[in-house]
Amino acid sequence: MKTTQVLVRYGELSTKGRNRNSFIGRLRDNIRQTFSDLENLHIKSERDRMFITAADEKDMEQVINRLPNVFGIQSFSPVTESGLSIEEMKNTAMSIVGKMDTAGKTFKVSVKRANKNFPHEKPEIMHEVGSHVLRNFPELSVQMKKPDIELKVEIREKAAYMMAEVIQGAAGLPVGAGGKALLMLSGGIDSPVAGYHMLKRGVRLELIHFFSPPFTNDRAKEKVFDLAEKLSQFGSSIKLHVIPFTKLQQEVHKQVPDNMTMTSTRRMMMRIADEVLKETNSKAIITGESLGQVASQTLESLQAINAVTTTPILRPLIALDKLDIIGTAQKIDTYDISIRPYEDCCTIFTPANPKTKPKLDKVEYYENFVSFDEMIQEAVDQREIIQFPRVKENTFEDLL
Amino acid sequence: MIYLDNSATTKPKKEVLETFLKVNEQYYANPASLHQLGNEAEDLLEKARLQIKRHLQMDNIIFTSGGTESNNLALAGTAAAYRHRGRHIITASTEHPSVLNTLEKLEQQGFEVTKLPVDANGQIHLDDLQNSLRNDTILVSLMHVNNEIGTVHPIAAIARMLKNSRTFFHVDAVQSVGKLPFDKTAMPDLLTISAHKIHGLKGSGALAFNGVKPNAIQQGGGQEFGLRSGTVSVPHAAALARALRMTEENPLHSQWNKELRTFFTSCKDVKVVSPAAGAPHILSIAIKGLKGEIVVSGLQKEGVIVSTSSACSSKSRDTSHVIEAIGVPNEYKDGVIRISFGAFTTEQDIMEMKKAFEQVYRLIKGV
Repeated sequence: MKTTQVLVRYGELSTKGRNRNSFIGRLRDNIRQTFSDLENLHIKSERDRMFITAADEKDMEQVINRLPNVFGIQSFSPVTESGLSIEEMKNTAMSIVGKMDTAGKTFKVSVKRANKNFPHEKPEIMHEVGSHVLRNFPELSVQMKKPDIELKVEIREKAAYMMAEVIQGAAGLPVGAGGKALLMLSGGIDSPVAGYHMLKRGVRLELIHFFSPPFTNDRAKEKVFDLAEKLSQFGSSIKLHVIPFTKLQQEVHKQVPDNMTMTSTRRMMMRIADEVLKETNSKAIITGESLGQVASQTLESLQAINAVTTTPILRPLIALDKLDIIGTAQKIDTYDISIRPYEDCCTIFTPANPKTKPKLDKVEYYENFVSFDEMIQEAVDQREIIQFPRVKENTFEDLL
Repeated sequence: MIYLDNSATTKPKKEVLETFLKVNEQYYANPASLHQLGNEAEDLLEKARLQIKRHLQMDNIIFTSGGTESNNLALAGTAAAYRHRGRHIITASTEHPSVLNTLEKLEQQGFEVTKLPVDANGQIHLDDLQNSLRNDTILVSLMHVNNEIGTVHPIAAIARMLKNSRTFFHVDAVQSVGKLPFDKTAMPDLLTISAHKIHGLKGSGALAFNGVKPNAIQQGGGQEFGLRSGTVSVPHAAALARALRMTEENPLHSQWNKELRTFFTSCKDVKVVSPAAGAPHILSIAIKGLKGEIVVSGLQKEGVIVSTSSACSSKSRDTSHVIEAIGVPNEYKDGVIRISFGAFTTEQDIMEMKKAFEQVYRLIKGV
């Protein structure tokens, strides 16, 4: 008796008509990527389900622990292999049901007898295995239609395969099925959550971060690296583009009146993001903006900032409450990283009274005196690109 | 020279010294600094901390200057943090001075301390401990292995006994970590370790703890989660992690202990002080009507280094409190010497030690 296989049920992609095969292929690639550290993982995909087979039970444990992070999976079930005798099947049934919550639940056994040479008929197997479980778990009651627990037994040539437990998956669509978009990652609480929501809709991410040394330090950068690392745990690797932003930020401060620098700075960021977007073949820009949170996130501000580009700007958090956003951040484990107290480039030059209703024509007027194009191109050219998950961090093995 | 005073201190391993030197050369930055060098140093520090946590199966590690500081922090810090809960502390009469003297100071501050007596083997009795527990007992502090005679206290049993109570359990494991196996399913709440007893560096140790938060006892910049202010020595931390990991390769000493025990028992007027069920790396004996220091200097002439009872108390004239507590007969009391093995001790050393002792013994008895 051993558990080295899971059966995966697809999420929404079952409904995707002719794109189905590319969706399934994408999901398979993402699962491979997620478990690239496990050797001899075998994935067999069928039209409406997928089987993942691991080398041993230890690897299987990893699969079961990490599979709930992979988007595009409705649910999955560990499959236990049992010897071809009624006695062994009874024992396997006990160990499977023993792990589940049985209090007040309804139960049934269903049997598929693909191996016609197996000496027992279907009703006999159902009866033997079912009554054995019921004797040992008297709190279960039998119900043939839609039971809470359905113990499925499939008799094949060499073994019987049994399962009952159904573990919820992350749902959504396989990452990458929805193309690629560029997420503006500040280091705060909101932007990683915005990224998570888009990942869940199957969008692959590129990340862009604005770095203003010496005003922001290495710890702030480290923080963004850690966030990127977290976002790369959802089945697809991610590239982070770190933009040197100091020069531009200082120039904006020279040219634009204090209460409008914030708007203008955002416009510069958007223009840079637009350039990186073109180079990386992304189709949209994602931000963590949520309406009314701060001065730059009023409708007037959004309008003034948005005016620099016609690229779609996706704002998955626009109508969410801060507390809900924090809840998601905690769920995806980015909250504790985001609240580390290092300044990012948005906080250092914040004017005392930024305009909450900036006028587009005024901002454009002030920006007119310098040609920012060159500086923008320079910032884009000098960006640092880092791949996540990071290949390997220093383990100091020779020292410890 | 045959060094058999490993309970006083050990010779650092070459690999440990290498780590110390390399970290000093490459990661000398302050781990609290914000620049890249600081980040790297912090990274290394946290890796070292994690490795020690995993080794000991404890949730928190604070780096300190050694066993004495760890004991001070464990006792005074926990007493200060939980004084609202109660002011009674239990210990044994054979503890290390860093425990007994800290507790004496706490007594002056209004805490009440019960010192459990020990039997001839240096053991406390679990019934005594159970009977001494009160509603206001906040802490029990016991050493795992006695530094002078090698008595082993059943710390896992005591940890289990105190598990669901409001009494914390501190263990001074300076003489046992890396030498005796621990029951990782029943670890104490606070654990003191020291680097230089496991072939690490002097001036380095740690306090490990679970589910308890002592108060800081020294004030400053709030390093080490606010519990131990002062710039953290990354080289010491890394060297400690390495020394602790390398204890897994150390030889077992039980066989030599048994051999020497048989040998000394056969000598007239020599009494084995260490209990039979004691730690394998410590063997104390006593010679009738002689001063221990005479034997120590006699053996030194033969190239064998041992010590009288413990290094800490060997300079004072009084008989050690441990020897008093286990009731060694008067005519043997002054003649105690301690032989202690380390990772570098060899079979050959034990043979030479026997020969040297016979030589010295004959010489002294001839007088």
